[in-house]
Amino acid sequence: MKDKRLVIYAVISVVLLLSPLFLNAYWVDVLNNVGLYTILALSLNIILGHAGLFHMGHAAFYALGAYTTAIINTTYHIPILWLLPVSGLVAGLAALVVARPIIHLRGDYLLIVTIGFVEIVRIALVNNVFGITGGSNGIFGINRPILFGWKINKPWEFFYLIWGFAAVTIFLFNRLENSRFGRALNFLREDDVAAEGSGINTAHYKLIAFVIGAFWAGMVGNIFAAKMTIIAPESFNFWESVVLFMIVLLGGRGSIRGVILGAFLVLGLPEIFRQFATARMLIFGAFMVAMMIFRTEGILPPLPRKYPIAKMLGREGSA
Amino acid sequence: MELFIQQLTNGLAVGGIYALIALGYTMVYGVLKLINFAHGDLFTIGAYLGLTLLTTLGLTNYLGPFGVVIVLALMVMGLVAIVGAALERVAYRPLRQSHRLSAVVSALGASIFFQNAVMLIYGARYKVYPHDILPRTAIHIFGLDIPLIRLLMLLTSIVMMIGLYLFIQRTKIGTAIRAAAIDQGAAKLMGINVDRVIMIVFLIGPALGGAAGLMVGLYYGQINFTMGWLYGLKAFTAAILGGIGNIPGAMVGGLLLGVIEAMGAAYISIAWKDAIAFCVLIIILIVRPTGLLGERVAEKI
Repeated sequence: MKDKRLVIYAVISVVLLLSPLFLNAYWVDVLNNVGLYTILALSLNIILGHAGLFHMGHAAFYALGAYTTAIINTTYHIPILWLLPVSGLVAGLAALVVARPIIHLRGDYLLIVTIGFVEIVRIALVNNVFGITGGSNGIFGINRPILFGWKINKPWEFFYLIWGFAAVTIFLFNRLENSRFGRALNFLREDDVAAEGSGINTAHYKLIAFVIGAFWAGMVGNIFAAKMTIIAPESFNFWESVVLFMIVLLGGRGSIRGVILGAFLVLGLPEIFRQFATARMLIFGAFMVAMMIFRTEGILPPLPRKYPIAKMLGREGSA
Repeated sequence: MELFIQQLTNGLAVGGIYALIALGYTMVYGVLKLINFAHGDLFTIGAYLGLTLLTTLGLTNYLGPFGVVIVLALMVMGLVAIVGAALERVAYRPLRQSHRLSAVVSALGASIFFQNAVMLIYGARYKVYPHDILPRTAIHIFGLDIPLIRLLMLLTSIVMMIGLYLFIQRTKIGTAIRAAAIDQGAAKLMGINVDRVIMIVFLIGPALGGAAGLMVGLYYGQINFTMGWLYGLKAFTAAILGGIGNIPGAMVGGLLLGVIEAMGAAYISIAWKDAIAFCVLIIILIVRPTGLLGERVAEKI
C-alpha cells in the first residue's frame, strides 16, 4: 500500500519535472502560479490546518514580503534572492506583532480580525503609506533573480525555481508535521483545554505557528515580486486570502498532498473550464459546493498518524 | 456642526443597511454556527430583482411612489427568501453534521456561484435604477437640508428591526428560534422541529438582506454584481462588532459601523475609511473578545 503510494508520487513528480519540455509558455506560467499558491497554501496549512486557527488574511503577509523585496531591491539594488530571508523576517515579525494581542480570540472573531488586517494592509499600500509603496500603481522595475550566476528570466526557468522551493517546503513542512511541534499543534486544534492541561503552552504554540506561516508567505512574496517585476496592491486583496483558504479546505486540512491537489484544482480548474468562457466561475462555484458535500473533510484528508509499536520498542530498547 | 449632522444621518442610513444584512448573518450563525458567506450575494440578488420588477411590471402606472416601493419590497423579500431557503436545502443541509469549516467552503462556493449567475444574467456593467421612483426632496430640520430618502431608509430599517425583534421575542416561532440557537439537541427534545426553524431563519435572513439590496438600489441609484461582497463583508464586521449570534447586537453593530465609517471619512480621511472601520473593530475585539453585546462564553472544562 505504502509502496504503491510512493510510486504514484514518484510518477507525478517526474511528469511535473519534465512538463516544461512539452508545455507551451502559457501553461508553464499557469504551473508557476500553481506552484506559488501551493507554497502559500502549505504555509497557511500550518496555521489553519494544523493549529486550527481561522486565518483568512494570509495575503497580507504575502504582500509584506513582496513589498519588502520590491522596495529594497528598487532603492538599494540588493539582489533578489538575498532578500528572500529578509522578506520572510519582515512578514514573520509583522505576524508576531499583530497576532500577539488577538491570538486568544475564538474562531470566528479571529477570522474577521485577520480579514480586517489584510484589508488594512491593502488600503495602506493603496494610500502610499510612508511614501514608499507607490500607491495603487505599485512598484515596477524589480530585478530578476540570479541563481549561481544564472539569470532567471523565462517561464521555464522560474518553473524550476518555484517548484524547487516548493520541494524544499514540502520536505521541511513534512518534518515539522511529524515533530513534537506538529503533534502539539494538532492536539490543541482538537482540544485546546486538554492540550493546555497536558502542559502545552497553547498561546505560545499558536503564535509560533502563525509566525512560521507568515515567514514562509513572506518568502513566497519575494519570488512573486521577482517573477512579476511589477507589484500592485490589487494582487494582494482579500480575495487572494479567500482563495488560499479554499485551497487548504478543499484539498484537506492538515494534509500536504491534499493542499497540493487543492492548489492544482483551485487554480487549474478555471483554466480548464475556459471553454465555458464566462460561465467557468459559475461551474467552479457549483463544483466547490458539490465537492464539500461529497468529500466533507477535503479531497485528500490527512492519513491517521501511525506509531508502529515494534519500531518504538526497538528504539526504546537501544536507548 | 452641519457636517457632523449630515454625516451622522448618512452614517445611520448606511448603518441601517449594514444592520439589515448583519441580521441575516447573525441569525444563521446563532442557529447553525455557520458564517453564510453567500449572504452578501443574496443582497445583490435582491437589488437586481428589484430592478427587474421595477422596470418590467410598470407598477408606477397604478400606484403612488410609496405604494410602488412597498409592493416592490414585499415581492423582493419573498423571492429572495425562496432563494435563501433553496440555498440552505442544497448547500448547507447535507453538511450539517460535518466540520464547520466544510460548510464555510460550501458557502464560499455558493457565493461564487450566485455572483457569476447574476453576472451572466444581467451583465458585468453597472445597472442604473430609475431615479424618479422616490421624491428627491429634502427635509428642513434644525436649519439643515436632509434628503427625505435618507430618513426614509433609516426609518424603514428601524421598523424592520423592531418587527424582527418583536417576532423573535413574542411569537412561538421566535421562541423556537431562540431555543434552537441555545441548544439544538434540547430544542429537539422539547418537540421543536429544528429543521423547520433553520428553514425559517433562512427565509427571514435573506428576506431582510434582499430588502437591503432594494434600498441600496433606490438610494444610490446604481448596482453591480460584485457589490454584495463588500456589503457582506461590512455587515459581517457589524455582526461581529455587536457580538455574533446576538440579534440586538447586529442592529447596534450595523448602525455603529455606519456612523464610524461616515465620521472617519469626514474627519480623518476618506481614503482610509474602510481601514478605520476595521481598526475600530480590532480594538473593540481586543478589549471585548466577544463583541459589544456578545455574552462572555465561559470555557467549558
